Amino acid sequence: MGVTPHLPSPAAAALPPAFSAWFARRGWHVRAHQLDLLASARAGRSALLVAPTGAGKTLAGFLPSLVELAEAPDRAGLHTLYISPLKALAVDIARNLEAPVTEMGLPVKVETRTGDTPAHKRARQIERPAHILLTTPEQLALLIAHREAEAFFAGLRRIVLDELHALVTSKRGDLLSLGLVRLLALAPQVTTVGLSATVREPEVLARYLVPQREGVASPDIITVKEGARPHIGILESRLAPPLAGHTALHAMEEIYRAIREHRLSLVFVNTRMQAEFVFQELWRMNDDGLAIALHHGSLDAGQRRRVEAAMAEGRLKAVVCTSTLDLGIDWGDVDLVINVGAPKGASRLMQRIGRANHRLDEPSKAFLVPANRFEVLECRAALDAVAEAAQDTPDARTGALDVLAQHVLGRACAGPFDADALYEEVRGAAPYADLPRRDFDDVLAFVATGGYALRSYERFARIVKGKDGLWRVTTPRVAQQYRLNVGTIVEEPMLRVRLARPRRAGGMTVVRGGRVLGEVEEYFAEGLTPGDTFVFAGEVLRFEGIYENEVTASRTAAGTDPKVPSYAGGKFPLSSFLASRVRTMIASPDNWHRLPRPVANWLRAQKMKSRLPRPGQLLVETFPRAGRHYLVAYPFEGRLAHQTLGMLLTRRLERARLKPLGFVANDYGLATWGIADIGLAVTQQRLSLADLFAPDMLGDDLEDWLAESALMKRTFRHCAIIAGMIERRFPGQEKTGRQVTMSTDLVYDVLRRHEPDHVLLRAARADAATGLLDVRRLGDMLVRVAGRIVHAPLDHLSPLSVAVMLEIGREMVYGEAAEHMLAEAEAAMMDEAMQ
Amino acid sequence: MNAMDGETGTAGAAQVLRLGRLDLVADPAGALFVADQGLLVVADLHLEKASSFASHGIFLPPYDTRATLAAVARLVARYAPRAVVALGDSFHDADAHARLDPRDRKALAALQRGRDWLWVTGNHDPRMPRTAGGESAAELRLADVVLRHEPAEDGTAEIVGHMHPAAKVRLTGRSLRRRCFAVGARRIVMPAFGALTGGLNLRDAAFRPLFPQGVTAHVLGQRLYAIGWPLLLPD
Repeated sequence: MGVTPHLPSPAAAALPPAFSAWFARRGWHVRAHQLDLLASARAGRSALLVAPTGAGKTLAGFLPSLVELAEAPDRAGLHTLYISPLKALAVDIARNLEAPVTEMGLPVKVETRTGDTPAHKRARQIERPAHILLTTPEQLALLIAHREAEAFFAGLRRIVLDELHALVTSKRGDLLSLGLVRLLALAPQVTTVGLSATVREPEVLARYLVPQREGVASPDIITVKEGARPHIGILESRLAPPLAGHTALHAMEEIYRAIREHRLSLVFVNTRMQAEFVFQELWRMNDDGLAIALHHGSLDAGQRRRVEAAMAEGRLKAVVCTSTLDLGIDWGDVDLVINVGAPKGASRLMQRIGRANHRLDEPSKAFLVPANRFEVLECRAALDAVAEAAQDTPDARTGALDVLAQHVLGRACAGPFDADALYEEVRGAAPYADLPRRDFDDVLAFVATGGYALRSYERFARIVKGKDGLWRVTTPRVAQQYRLNVGTIVEEPMLRVRLARPRRAGGMTVVRGGRVLGEVEEYFAEGLTPGDTFVFAGEVLRFEGIYENEVTASRTAAGTDPKVPSYAGGKFPLSSFLASRVRTMIASPDNWHRLPRPVANWLRAQKMKSRLPRPGQLLVETFPRAGRHYLVAYPFEGRLAHQTLGMLLTRRLERARLKPLGFVANDYGLATWGIADIGLAVTQQRLSLADLFAPDMLGDDLEDWLAESALMKRTFRHCAIIAGMIERRFPGQEKTGRQVTMSTDLVYDVLRRHEPDHVLLRAARADAATGLLDVRRLGDMLVRVAGRIVHAPLDHLSPLSVAVMLEIGREMVYGEAAEHMLAEAEAAMMDEAMQ
Repeated sequence: MNAMDGETGTAGAAQVLRLGRLDLVADPAGALFVADQGLLVVADLHLEKASSFASHGIFLPPYDTRATLAAVARLVARYAPRAVVALGDSFHDADAHARLDPRDRKALAALQRGRDWLWVTGNHDPRMPRTAGGESAAELRLADVVLRHEPAEDGTAEIVGHMHPAAKVRLTGRSLRRRCFAVGARRIVMPAFGALTGGLNLRDAAFRPLFPQGVTAHVLGQRLYAIGWPLLLPD
């Protein structure tokens, strides 16, 4: 990397007596990394602290601030700004800081500033700032867009970025990086400290902390060694894991028993739906009346707070949760982590395991519960990775242009700016270090007047360049719009779920207001018909209908089975790192003895009935089944990349007149099927698999498909909202997410036809490369397997193919398929009419 | 292919609907053609909708007018109508016509050349500027059918716009939402033709009084798909 971290010697930074005494009173001794961080701060250097959970990271981050503030009792104004990805984490840290501050009698005022902070308090916080302010990236964006920003931050000494590894992988990290370089411009004396879990390349992460300019010293990197090796294994279950599915029903008994035998267990799952299912199943067998609770992002906030409080008070035995509990907060004395389903990434797994036993010197204890046989392989790969302490944190991002647009508008709201100076400043942010001037100028033009080649909006400009060469906002309304739109998190449209029974009264349907249970994605609610039963908030509910934009649902009799299978597949795609380990495992029969017997047998059966791909090969099977012909491929590149591949393969098969009818994808492979015999076409050399999988499909085919892709439209919608082309809320009218979706689809169509190179379309394409479409990963795979595709023509389906074949029936509707579906709907109506 | 998708030039298969004594060719682009009168009907063009939003600081692509006019031009080329009726809300707001880009102004004039052009007034454009060309009227009667912008309750069979009907269809667990003609016994509500004009779900309460004897959605696509009430979903 060419970076030589300058590591200070611990002796150089002695702790002031008051602090030493406090540590002693608590029975703690100060840790080396805490002193190192103090030394870095005293020397005016920024630093990245890389440490596993339980290493006293947060205290280390704040120690230099507390020491400095203790030495300057009369200091007024903001001294330290702390930024966390979670509002709740900021609140929690404020609570944790209370202990040292009150016990040492430090003259330090600590406050939080989040979306929940009332307006009068916000105003006061600007007038009379606390010494330490704890906040989120969105609130930072709002603060630097404030007219008082310059004065407010002028005396800032220190910035603490918590869970930096988690922040930098998303557009929120882009936003944060831009906010950070702004802060560094406003307060050049500031030092930054980043707190991070173990990552693959700390040097890359450290770049976030300082402006990317020549002559700026690289931050110190302080690494804390991993503590005791975690005790971690695959949960042995009496029943064999099934070939497909994500419920882990086969292991529920063992999960329950493990919970019973531990103090407090966290049961991690990958999706909300899985959480509901596991929770439901555990209660079904809960004869001991164990206090098992549920925690996921769609639950009502009040209910989540109650669960967290109960955990902290030690009143719970287990919590079934999604990634909402992945990050930072210590809610209780967890002694076991159970991860249901595959972990999808080794780093994520480490983070989750770290939730158990927040003491560095004691081993954490964790079980993995694979939900199907592929997941057994994946869990095995993850365990090996953990044993080697191998990390699969994603690569550093290239800054998104839609986020930059938001930042530029925010910059204008704070006061006049010079474009050249802003460009230089922005390039100081690590993700934007290589930003071409052309992109910056296009973003600036977009912010000003929409950035269209047809320059018809000049008179409506939001920002204009004055005679002095500085850009300014044109009306106060612009700043108002900016404030409403700030942030990079675009939620899927959600509907509230209310427990109520609608009644008919005087020809009108009346819903008596019951309790709000939480929110579901609109698309899920759309799929329900009144009378359908589904699991939500730990109960089986009967769907009554959507009234006034809320889902109305009623309780069902005990023992009712949910009718709607509410699993929507994995949320996180399999990391490429684990994928390559899984491929190796399949290709190495010598190591199968390490796998559970049913899984090893399944692989042996595959070897006998079909074949196993050698490392580097792509296996493609073809076989007939129930009057249709199937082609199944196993790239192991994650569901998103496979979905994209499926779309493109289908187009090519169509062109080859092989009449494809549809396709499905999962994390491991994909299946497409049609009326014509694809296998025969390959063996008779009418169809070349090399051509079919040729990387050039990422050219025109991709472009054609993207034009109509619903995923692309959704990607564009996110960019349009973040960039401020479409507002989250239209003034004076609350639109439902659905209506907004419709209009952004139309906007996308018009824009793509008339200005395909528009900066927002470029932003959307860049997102597609790594986001919902994972085009980049697909491209890498196609290049990797070129010339190494092996074909297994079979008489019937193979053992490996069963998992993906079972996904059939869940496919989505695009392009041609949509037309088919309408024709079918029409035909269904005709049939009915003819009866 | 709906109005916006049409530039690739897929010529959809039209379908014949009957209302009163009129035979109407329903085009999958979202227009009606009265063959024996040589009359082409389009509704809710909402020209200059994007620039209307732009004046409020929301910079939608300024290409909606040309996209919409190009779609009308394709229909004109296809049916060679003697007259074109724009069934109200042709312009998104009172100043919209004045904002037309010179190129779009020319395109509109070219469409009007050599044929009659009738602007039926709508709530967005109650007064049509003389410079818009053509004639303007509150309604038009053809045989026993009235063409006007908003539905009226006077018992006459009518072709109207204003409502922007869209159908949401589900089959075997999959759903999609598209613009449609809403066709009842005495009334046809036309889909909005404008490139940036969204749709209101046919299951919305606002449609209920318009179709006391039921309604069929003729959903726009590569052709029209006739979908009955039971398969239509609310949003």
